[in-house]
Formats: sequence, C-alpha cells, structure tokens
Amino acid sequence: MKPETLRMDERASIALRTLYRQYGYLPYQVNTFEEYDLYMRSRSMLSSEQILTFPGVNGALMALKPDITLSIVKNTKDEDVPVKVCYAERIYRVPKGADGFKEIMQTGVECIGCADDYAMGEVLLLAAKSLETISPAYILDVSDMSIVSSIVCAASSDSAVQSQLLTLIGEKNEHGLCALCKSAGVSDENTALLRSLISVYGPLEETLPAFEALALPAACLPGIKSLRVLSAMLHAQGIRSVNLDFSVINDMNYYNGLIFSGFIAGLPSSVLSGGRYDLLMRRMGRMGSAVGFAVYLDQLERLSQEKTAFDVDVLIELNGTADPVAAANAAKAYIDQGLSVRVQRAGGAKVRAAKTVCLTGEEAQG
Amino acid sequence: MKQMINIALPKGRLGEKAYGLLEKAGYPCPELLEDNRKLVFENPEAGVRYFWVKPSDVAIYVERGASDLGICGKDILLEYGPEVYELLDLQMGKCRMCVAGPKEFIDDHSRRLRVATKFTTIARRHYSSQSREIELIHLNGSIEIAPLLGLSDVIVDIVETGKTLRENGLEVMETIVPISARLVANKSGFKFKGEEIRRLVSELGKVV
Repeated sequence: MKPETLRMDERASIALRTLYRQYGYLPYQVNTFEEYDLYMRSRSMLSSEQILTFPGVNGALMALKPDITLSIVKNTKDEDVPVKVCYAERIYRVPKGADGFKEIMQTGVECIGCADDYAMGEVLLLAAKSLETISPAYILDVSDMSIVSSIVCAASSDSAVQSQLLTLIGEKNEHGLCALCKSAGVSDENTALLRSLISVYGPLEETLPAFEALALPAACLPGIKSLRVLSAMLHAQGIRSVNLDFSVINDMNYYNGLIFSGFIAGLPSSVLSGGRYDLLMRRMGRMGSAVGFAVYLDQLERLSQEKTAFDVDVLIELNGTADPVAAANAAKAYIDQGLSVRVQRAGGAKVRAAKTVCLTGEEAQG
Repeated sequence: MKQMINIALPKGRLGEKAYGLLEKAGYPCPELLEDNRKLVFENPEAGVRYFWVKPSDVAIYVERGASDLGICGKDILLEYGPEVYELLDLQMGKCRMCVAGPKEFIDDHSRRLRVATKFTTIARRHYSSQSREIELIHLNGSIEIAPLLGLSDVIVDIVETGKTLRENGLEVMETIVPISARLVANKSGFKFKGEEIRRLVSELGKVV
C-alpha cells in the first residue's frame, strides 16, 4: 500500500466540502480574529467560557474565535436571507478535561433565515451523509428541544429543578430523575412522561409512533409533526442509521427545536452536533430561523487507519563523497516513475522504505 | 456475532461486590476471583471482558471509550463530571458526602470558611449554592487531621459509619449528597453495542 499523503481529517474535510457544495452551500470564510465584545455579549451561547484574547492594534480587545456560528450570524443581514453556507475553520477552545487551549478543526453548514421543514430535513440529511462519508458505521441521534422543554416545563416551574431534570435526561439517569421528581413533588403523569424521555430510544421511524402514542402535552405536537416530516424525508433518501434519543440535550437558551448529535464507531464521543437555533438569532438581533451543524475533525485522528507498510518507496542513502547532482538525478528518476523518494546521509534517521539504494562518490566518478 | 462488552471494575471490595451482582445477572467470569495478578479477564460465552482499575480511574476509562461500562461511586461522577450515561444505581457502597468539623466548632460567617477536602469541585459547588466564600485546601488523604492541626475549619469528605470522625473528635455538620455505586456507560458504546448493553442493564436491574 502506498504511503498516504493526506491525513484522515484532511481527506474528510475535502470530501465534506465537496458534499456541501453539491447541495448548493456556498463556501464562507470568517476572520481568524473577532472583537471580544461579540463573545462577551453571547457568553452563555458558548460551550466553553474561556476565550483566548489579545489587544488589537487599535486598542480593542480581540479574540481567537471559539465558535463559527456566532461570526456567521453576526455578518448575515436580514435582507440577504436565506443564507446557505459551508465552512472549514479552526477554532480555539479549552476542551473539557484539557489543561489548555486547543486548536480544533471544524467544518459544517449553516442555513440561516428560513429553517422550514425542507431546510431542516436537508441539514439533517447532510449531517447523516457527513457521518457516512467518514465511516459507514455511524449513528445520528435526533431530538427536539421543544418537546423536551415542554415536558420539563410542564413538570416544574422551578428553573433550578428544570435545569436538574435536563441534566438527568442527558445522563439517561432514570433513578436520579425519579428521586428528583419525588422530592420536587412532580405528578405521577409528568414523572412518567419525563421517564419516557430516557426510555424511548431507537430507530426514528419505529420509535416516533410509539412516543406519539403517549399522552403528550399539546406544546409537543408541532415538534412531533416536524420530526415525522424529517423521518419521511430521511427514509426517502435511504438514510437508516438515525435514532430518536431525547438525551441529546443542549442549552435551552440556544436551541429551540430540532437538535442532533452524530457518533462514529470507534470514537468515544460525538463528532457532529447541531440543531435549530432561532433563539441565538433573536439574541443577536436577527429575524427568522436558522439550522446548522459542525463536524469536529480533530477527533478523527483516533480512527484506525490501515497502516502503510513503508514511509517511502525508495530510500537513497548517500555515502562518503556522493555527488549531490547524481543524487538529485537518481531521485528524479524514481519520482518520474510515480514513486516517493527520500534522500539522506547513510546512518541517518530510521525510515521504512520498500527499496534502499546507496550512492557513493564512485558512481558519480564512474 | 455477539459483541463483547468491556466493563471496568474498581479494584477492591466494591468491585468484588459489583462483580457478584454481574455474575448473578448472568455475566460470570470465574477466573476474575482467582488469586493472580492479571488485570483483564474475559468470558466470550457471556460476552463480557472485565478490567480491574483504580476506583477513581473507572470514569476516565469509560468516558474515553476504553471501556463500554464501568462501576464507580457517585462521588467520582460529581467531582469530575465525566461525559457518560449513568444507567443504574447499584444500591451498594452506600455512604454520604458530608461537611464535618470539630464538635465545638461554631461557624463564624464574618470570615471566610477554610475547607479541607479531596473533593474540591463538590465543596466549591456546595458553598457556592449557599453564597458562602471559602478558602479551599486540597488534600489527598487523612483529611480528618486538617481541623485538628488548625489547617482548616471544616472538611468535606465521604462518611460511611462516622467512626473515623468520632475517633478524631469530629462530627457531621451537614450532609451534602448521598453516595452509592453507579453503572455508567460510554455514550458511543451505548449506541453501537446498544442491544447488548440494554440487556445487561435490564438483567442487572433485576438483581440490584
């Protein structure tokens, strides 16, 4: 097997951008730096509170961007919508459990201005296809924050209890949820509904009808109707690895409807996350609705790849007075044959080569 | 083909008790109880592979996907907040996370409270919810000695019977949260080995 030129994340990034362009998402590039003020105003929308800042030339405090969506929404005018863009950018965050900032390669799509059922279905389809591009062994978990929050809010009006309920649902912690319901005086009917948010799990097409059959609050019905449309769209496109999972929880201040998370077999945490973020739009002073997702490419380095047997096809080792011109000519001859070549002094760094050639000064003289 | 489920067990008494439950639930691996120094044991017929790991490391093995499931104390989950699913309360290893101090101690709200603990996140969160300013002193063991030597006013620690506290002239002043052993799952493993894991959870739930 020939040595691979591109890393897994680089190959995925190219393949994903090609996919997004096929669906008419135009490339979008954001500044590496943003004024810190943008993140200051939207701190609650960021997954990490730590932001890398530095003073700009005009004295304004600048930041290395920790998020892409905020920058895109900020630069989108209400009259320009709908906006369909894709990006591949580096962000700077402190991942959970890490001891410092990390540069994270992220790619994704944003559909801003009109997140109707078609737009949501298309974004969900692209999320599934993105995962499929990375690996055929994938699962896309889908939820709807409007369903989850209406059941949670019906159970308790206390925001502290609501927050704890969301955490427990996210942990699939049914025993903890039952204990909290008991101590917070949640009714048996509402406790049963909350428990169903944990116990209901499985393929979207099969699981959604079973969930619909429960005595759900009326506020859940638009979300259910929307999930039904999305399920039909994905089915028609041959997408099967999609599960209904209400434990996909995110900030109720950011997402207000569809929400999803993607997993690849062999990787311990989700590599894709997204959803509908009308509430973020409002906070940023924008009209309309929006939906999008991000793929975290840095995680792909953990995916096992077929190991190449060799680092290079040919290793040319130079001994003694080997002529540099002869060495360059020998290297070119191999490269012209489509092979990779590394030239180095004999006894240099260890390199796995399919063939090793030694050049000495004598050949050049001869 | 049956997929093997990897389970991280905490070394020690709690791990042995947890294995007893798993064995009862239909996931035996007799070699595990033999007197040897092996750390990995498997029973392909039952579809399980067990690992002995340090109790405080169980959640790390599970969160990072080295293990699909693990048994760990609620104290570890609260302290480190790993991104895992908490599927069952095993109702064993029961104890309490408490604030304890000298019997004669009277809390003086006009100054910062000095708190010695191994569980800094839990302590910080507890006092933050009370809007109380504290000075945290992180210790790795023998926490009970801190108030006796004047290093701290109180301690935040796990209390099982309270015997160690009593013998050192301390008493429980407040219970923060009850603790017991929990079955936790890696989020990705739960998706890709879902059927096997849900069956194990169901069987284990019957014997808890």
